[in-house]
Amino acid sequence: MPAFVPYLLHTLFPPTVLRPTEIGADVLIVATGVIIVTVLTRQKKWGWLWREWLTTVDHKRIAVMYLIAAIAMLFRGGVDALMMRTNLALPSVHFISAEEYNEVFTTHGTIMIFFMAMPLIFALFNAVIPLMIGARDVAFPRLNAVSFWLFAFGALLFNISFVVGGSPNAGWTAYPPLTELAFNPGPGENYYFLALFISGIGTTITGINFLVTILRMRAPGMTLMRMPLFAWTTLCTSALILFAFPPLTVALGTSLLDRLFHASFYTLGHGGMPMMYVNLFWLFGHPEVYIVVLPAFGIFSEVVPTFSRKPLFGYTAMVVSVVAIMVLSYGTWVHHFFTMGAGPSVNVFFGLSTMLIAIPTGVKIFNWIFTMWGGRIRLTVPMLYQLAFIPTFVVGGATGVLLATVPVDYQLHNTYFLVAHFHNTLIGGTVFGLLSGLYYWWPKMFGYKLDERQGKWAFWLFFLGFWVTFGPQYLLGLEGMTRRLWTYPLGLGWHALNLISTIGAYGMGAGFVVLVYNVVWSMQHGERDLTGDPWDGRTLEWSLPSPAPEYNFARIPVVTERDAWWAMKARGETTAVRVRPDEISALELPRNSAMPFFLGLGFFVLGFGLTFRWWWIAGLGLAGILGAMLWAGFDYEDRKHVHAEEIRRIEAALGRLEA
Amino acid sequence: MSQAWPEMEEQTLPAEFAHEEESIKITGFWMFLVTDVLIFASLFSLYAVYAGRMGGEPNPATFFHLGPALAETLLLLTSSFTVGLAIWFMRRRQVGAMTAWLVATLVLGATFVAIEAREFLGDIQSGYTWHQSAFLSAFFTLVGTHGAHVTFGILMALTLLIQVARRGLTPVTARKLYTFSLYWHFLDVVWIFIYSVVYLGGRLG
Repeated sequence: MPAFVPYLLHTLFPPTVLRPTEIGADVLIVATGVIIVTVLTRQKKWGWLWREWLTTVDHKRIAVMYLIAAIAMLFRGGVDALMMRTNLALPSVHFISAEEYNEVFTTHGTIMIFFMAMPLIFALFNAVIPLMIGARDVAFPRLNAVSFWLFAFGALLFNISFVVGGSPNAGWTAYPPLTELAFNPGPGENYYFLALFISGIGTTITGINFLVTILRMRAPGMTLMRMPLFAWTTLCTSALILFAFPPLTVALGTSLLDRLFHASFYTLGHGGMPMMYVNLFWLFGHPEVYIVVLPAFGIFSEVVPTFSRKPLFGYTAMVVSVVAIMVLSYGTWVHHFFTMGAGPSVNVFFGLSTMLIAIPTGVKIFNWIFTMWGGRIRLTVPMLYQLAFIPTFVVGGATGVLLATVPVDYQLHNTYFLVAHFHNTLIGGTVFGLLSGLYYWWPKMFGYKLDERQGKWAFWLFFLGFWVTFGPQYLLGLEGMTRRLWTYPLGLGWHALNLISTIGAYGMGAGFVVLVYNVVWSMQHGERDLTGDPWDGRTLEWSLPSPAPEYNFARIPVVTERDAWWAMKARGETTAVRVRPDEISALELPRNSAMPFFLGLGFFVLGFGLTFRWWWIAGLGLAGILGAMLWAGFDYEDRKHVHAEEIRRIEAALGRLEA
Repeated sequence: MSQAWPEMEEQTLPAEFAHEEESIKITGFWMFLVTDVLIFASLFSLYAVYAGRMGGEPNPATFFHLGPALAETLLLLTSSFTVGLAIWFMRRRQVGAMTAWLVATLVLGATFVAIEAREFLGDIQSGYTWHQSAFLSAFFTLVGTHGAHVTFGILMALTLLIQVARRGLTPVTARKLYTFSLYWHFLDVVWIFIYSVVYLGGRLG
């Protein structure tokens, strides 16, 4: 046996990845891989997978890939959560070791934010925005695929840390000196910084893409103040991404320089200041909170009018409050570390700026309620999530105002009160919103509805499970239980509340299982959407067949007011979306490209090489990245010509051609 | 892809904006520049905090070489002018003059990078590495990130010269040349801040 083999085995599979849970994950990964490969080979689907999906630049297909990845990551992050809750169910349980607990809470937070919430948001952006504003695709379709593959390979790099080399273990915020090389020499934190760096580039590109799409590619007549609210929140979210991700990129990059190349930015010696990392991280981190919650606000602003059969109450106030939240979110980051000791004047400023955000948010809450007031409400699953969101998010917001009060924060900082607060906003806001949007736009994405009855089961399990989990955690926080605690002895009075919380967590897990069952069942038996407008919707995406054809609109509609599709229906002009054969002209559509996939692969190889400081692998990855970029630069065949006849044929098959 | 390009007399917009699709890409490039501004802003903020914590080592009076930095400034400012001339000739469809001024820009840029590399090597030979202090980490990273941008810009422009030689001036190559010039001007602006804050500020402040 050559001498390097034991070294290689020990580096890739140190004892920390040979624990029972990791071995179990290994078996699951290998088994899943074998099943996928076997099925694809048996069915001769490799070519189909490559041509139709892996090389696609169609925003609707990219949306589906984001969605699948996000659901998989929700599973992974959820299993992490259940492992933590199991360990905390009773006093002195040692279900997993303290070291493993550190890794699990780190990966739980990181995955849920970066690899679950973000891709789920991008799935809905991609699925809906071009259809909603009357565009044929996003502004930069090939870059859109680049974004996806950077996210996907970043997520892959992060996830293999669990079974190859060891997971990061310094929390989702990765503060130095916990991440300083001298104190944390394993590859885990390298994985963290590199995976987030890679997927962060992808996210930045997505922000640019949707900002330009919305600013430059709206249908004629759709002025900014005629845009659906979801388009407004996407615009503001994209702007937030543009301004928030560069500081994160610098924080991650400089940390990597510290760890890989012995720079001294955040080291305890050599004049480094760990607090500078914390500042840069939260300069990104606080806007990030609004990056994930603004889309949910947009979704509710579409769902409520549709299922109340009323136009949105206070459209202008809604727009102004979204923009206000966007601007204010940059002035609050220090509230994540009041206890740093910046002094009373600084803390008071950031406490007040934080409380200010409650005002525009309150405006939005009232406007949703007034939209429902006097409306003909249909209690569908999307609407149930909205109704659950209002009280849940209000509690999350109110506890946020409590925490913004500096003296209170000194008491509650890093306790379970904080844990309950941010889950209250992230689950009650973001996740409820995204699930609402998922049920709402599912027929548009896939051409069938998700079963309502099963959806309601999933909703109640998830909603009640949520409160059973996090309600007790407020009390635990008040009783002094700190976050990231591995275990606790009997006699502190925490055991009953912890047990209830764990039961709730399993309830949420059950809700997830029902959700997945709902999807699988509905694929076969779900009600097919033949009209393209199953909910009696108000915005342009419902004027298209479900799913929309590759080119979206055979003829771009002209918009004259808000809720354009509703107005057309009210005037009896639904035939306006049908086209006469002579109105159809040939189109230039974006052509599929393998470049984004290989660019992502190059970044993955670079990241893997740097993680283990195997420079020649990193060099190989860098060469791949430069090669893919050269390929992109010299590729002038990025559009394909679609003949008018083919579009006529497709429109006729959809029954949308005027005779 | 061959696109019809309106004759010069019919044009109301500059060449690179004449096609909607290319014009949208220019908007996208501005958004990219926004993110790059913020990258440099973050690096400047690190530098600004660490610059006050040098503790006498290295000595600012000997560490910041104003002569080479001034030479770099003049080179880069001149190159911003030459790239402007390249775009001016591009809009008049004078490929030869455009290419000549672009090559001049790259020669100036390459000289800039060479001087900077020599400075860095000199620093390292004098025993100043970024491992030594947070200040040196921030200095090398801020100035080095700018230098890496210039280097990448030179490589990007070289591929553009090949594309123009093969395809001539089309709406696509015109847009690419224009976005390159935006990138180049942007790097010039960043350098002005580096020269003022890092070099002049380091020597005087």
